[in-house]
Amino acid sequence: MSFTRRDTLRLAIGSAVAAAIPFKVMADVDADVAAFTGGAEIGEGGITLVAPEIAENGNTVPIEVDAPGAVAILVLATGNPTPAVGTFNFGPLAGAQQASTRIRLAGTQDVLAIAQMADGTFVQARQEVKVTIGGCGG
Amino acid sequence: MAENVTPRIRVPREASVGETITIKTLISHPMESGQRKDGDGNVIPRSIINRFTCDFNGQNVIDVTMEPAISTNPFLEFQAIVPESGTFEFTWYDDDGDIYTDTKDIAVS
Repeated sequence: MSFTRRDTLRLAIGSAVAAAIPFKVMADVDADVAAFTGGAEIGEGGITLVAPEIAENGNTVPIEVDAPGAVAILVLATGNPTPAVGTFNFGPLAGAQQASTRIRLAGTQDVLAIAQMADGTFVQARQEVKVTIGGCGG
Repeated sequence: MAENVTPRIRVPREASVGETITIKTLISHPMESGQRKDGDGNVIPRSIINRFTCDFNGQNVIDVTMEPAISTNPFLEFQAIVPESGTFEFTWYDDDGDIYTDTKDIAVS
């Protein structure tokens, strides 16, 4: 089978578009992270993110974040059309810097949690969730 | 416009001083993400609860910013310290400007 000039161009445009979509989402993730951390370095450890390995229904995926000593925790779904999921700000009467909720995931992707500690440092945790049926509707 | 929005909250009736208690809240709300389309291909506009706060006797426990990725009927579970008897005040802020509130009393001994 030989490619005509037209086929080749079509293929090239198609793959360029396919490659650009994840790039845009990744840029959104980076922008959300930068807005939260102000460009500070992000460490590991001191934060736990509990999410199921496999979620059958992307419409309600239970997650739990726990970061002792945190003042705020940002949760991002890196593969969603809008990656931001929510920010938990803990007040003086919070018994533990822990919260759980249910989120929507568009497809198999990494869920990212970033905690801002009381001393101004940031730590992150990441977990991949495999989604059988996406939760963003058609 | 969200209809039949009913908050449901579980708080222990009593606790001892300084105890950490678990609070569970659920509010019935469609949380329309703004991503879905109706039968004619028109985007259904976003309509979600974008913020939730819990205060105890005027002091903040938790303040959550919510985005469209929070599921329908947003459920939240978190921990609070109760230094004295008092009232928990829960507030949900809707995109359309509505504010839903509920309160729960707790006896601390």
